Amino acid sequence: MIELRKVNKVYEDGTHVLKDIDLLFESGKINVLIGPSGCGKTTTMRLLNRLTEHTGGEIFIDEKNIADFNPIELRRHMGYVIQSIGLFPHMTIYDNVATVPRLLKWDKSKIDKRVNELLELVNLNPEQYKKRYPSELSGGQQQRIGVARALAAEPATILMDEPFSALDPISRDQLQNELVRLQEDIQKTIIFVTHDMDEALKIADQIILMKDGRVVQKGTPREILTNPANDFVREFIGEERLKTAEPLPSLSNFIDPTIQAIHLSESKESVIKKLMEQQCFTYPLVDETNQFLGQLSLQKIMNESSVHLEDFVDPSVQALTTDQDIEDVLEYLEKHKHHSLPVVDNENMFVGMIDMKELFRSVRSVYGKRGGN
Amino acid sequence: MEFIRNYFEFWRDRYPSILEYAVQHLIMSALSLVIGILVTIPLAILLTRLKRNFLKSLVFNIANVFQTVPTIAMLALMIPILGIGMKPAVTAMFLYSLLPLLRNTYAGIQSIDSGIVDAAKGMGYNSFQSLIKVELPLAMPYIMSGIRVTSVYIISWVTMAAVIGAGGLGGLIISGIGFNDKNLIFTGTLLAIVLAVATDLLFARFEKSRNRTRRKTI
Ligand SMILES: Nc1ncnc2c1ncn2[C@@H]1O[C@H](COP(=O)(O)OP(=O)(O)OP(=O)(O)O)[C@@H](O)[C@H]1O
Ligand SMILES: [Mg+2]
Repeated sequence: MIELRKVNKVYEDGTHVLKDIDLLFESGKINVLIGPSGCGKTTTMRLLNRLTEHTGGEIFIDEKNIADFNPIELRRHMGYVIQSIGLFPHMTIYDNVATVPRLLKWDKSKIDKRVNELLELVNLNPEQYKKRYPSELSGGQQQRIGVARALAAEPATILMDEPFSALDPISRDQLQNELVRLQEDIQKTIIFVTHDMDEALKIADQIILMKDGRVVQKGTPREILTNPANDFVREFIGEERLKTAEPLPSLSNFIDPTIQAIHLSESKESVIKKLMEQQCFTYPLVDETNQFLGQLSLQKIMNESSVHLEDFVDPSVQALTTDQDIEDVLEYLEKHKHHSLPVVDNENMFVGMIDMKELFRSVRSVYGKRGGN
Repeated sequence: MEFIRNYFEFWRDRYPSILEYAVQHLIMSALSLVIGILVTIPLAILLTRLKRNFLKSLVFNIANVFQTVPTIAMLALMIPILGIGMKPAVTAMFLYSLLPLLRNTYAGIQSIDSGIVDAAKGMGYNSFQSLIKVELPLAMPYIMSGIRVTSVYIISWVTMAAVIGAGGLGGLIISGIGFNDKNLIFTGTLLAIVLAVATDLLFARFEKSRNRTRRKTI
């Protein structure tokens, strides 16, 4: 995790480039810095590996002040893809990718293995490309090598300055997809600079929109799209994209009210019968006042000898509330692999079960409309 | 025919001393070139690291002044300081070699794409590693062509060194003038040209073989 607190940068010639920047880059997330040319994106990024030193405020990496790191050590543990690719033209692809592992004194066999692994990761056949020189690669292939080189020593943080800018739309799209796929595997903290809003919306967990050295707005792509802070943001996103970004309907639209909860007073046998009939493994349980008590588990009913229905509640299942943000719900569902969940209102009254089929149909139609992604 | 036979006889009688003059010539040239390289390359590197333009232009102006002093005057000026012989001659040649060597090394390092140097720094090379692993190898074609041009100049200039008793092929020519001996003048001139051309070809081959192993790029 990287944190910037009231960071300022004034260059030697007196230009005040960054003004009171407060930012948080969480571990394992793709953070995209975006904004017009000259707004300070590259400068912000270069503060993080101390290629440029900040002149005010504080920067922390995992709670440690960046000023306390040895800059050279810091850079060896932080991947860096520079704006102009910057491959070493006199070195082979192998040597380029092996740069940082060599600086870190890895042994030869480990480096060999790692280079092969990385070239495969960026979809270049190691045997075919290892011995070539950068000039013998296409622009897109060079950018892939730039990315592979930055990943080489398994840095926890990767800085990428417009890494795909010089590419044709097809290669760019391909590399963006690869980056998102890669990130699922490697889970790095990525700080990514771009000019391209579509790119930002596509890959970002957090978008940071900058203008004249200040952060204008930061948030998830959805937050930025559905709630642009001002006209500048609105203009930067473009009407076209805003139009397609209708907010997702609220959770209450996806509740299936036909499912009746089981009352505490019902007998164990009738509950078993009901579950069997409905072919359910789990069912909501409420008391006389319709207060939600928990989700009954068929497995527990079968295995435990108690006669009190409360004893069969599966404590791992939590109810959703009707006013919860649909994005959070989707994330929760993905993480816990539930197929259906009970929903309660603010007073913990049972409302119904969430209707997954409806939910996914609706999500698909919204994201489908956004198109191209 | 008569001329050619005479010339062969001249060589047969004189070749040990001709060879000695040639060797002196080579030693002086090589010595001033090597000293020049040893001084200018670190100096040029230092200049690329300097932020102050004032110091840079000072150094280049000094080197430039040496370059503009006529050869014969430069050699004459050496006499009160270092006397006569090889020492003042090599010193004078060294001073001449400063500008071309300095300029080429400096330009070579400056010419490197700033993105590449930035990447080297960003990867975590320290300043020395960046110099050895990235900047010097990339500047090498410039540095080599500076050395090549300078060496040819020096071989030609060293001919003048005989004026202050340093020997070399100029010695042959001067005694040729003294004895009115066409053969001596001709031989001295011919050998000076041959040495210069051979050196140039040698460097050309060397550069070519380097380029084959490390392909030139972008
Ligand atoms: N070394 C420097 N000295 C003085 N000013 C600088 C220096 N480097 C950058 N700047 C200025 O700082 C501002 C921000 O530059 P920066 O490179 O961070 O912009 P950017 O957002 O990355 O732009 P781009 O999208 O064009 O890459 C610019 O106005 C630039 O002129
Ligand atoms: Mg930039």
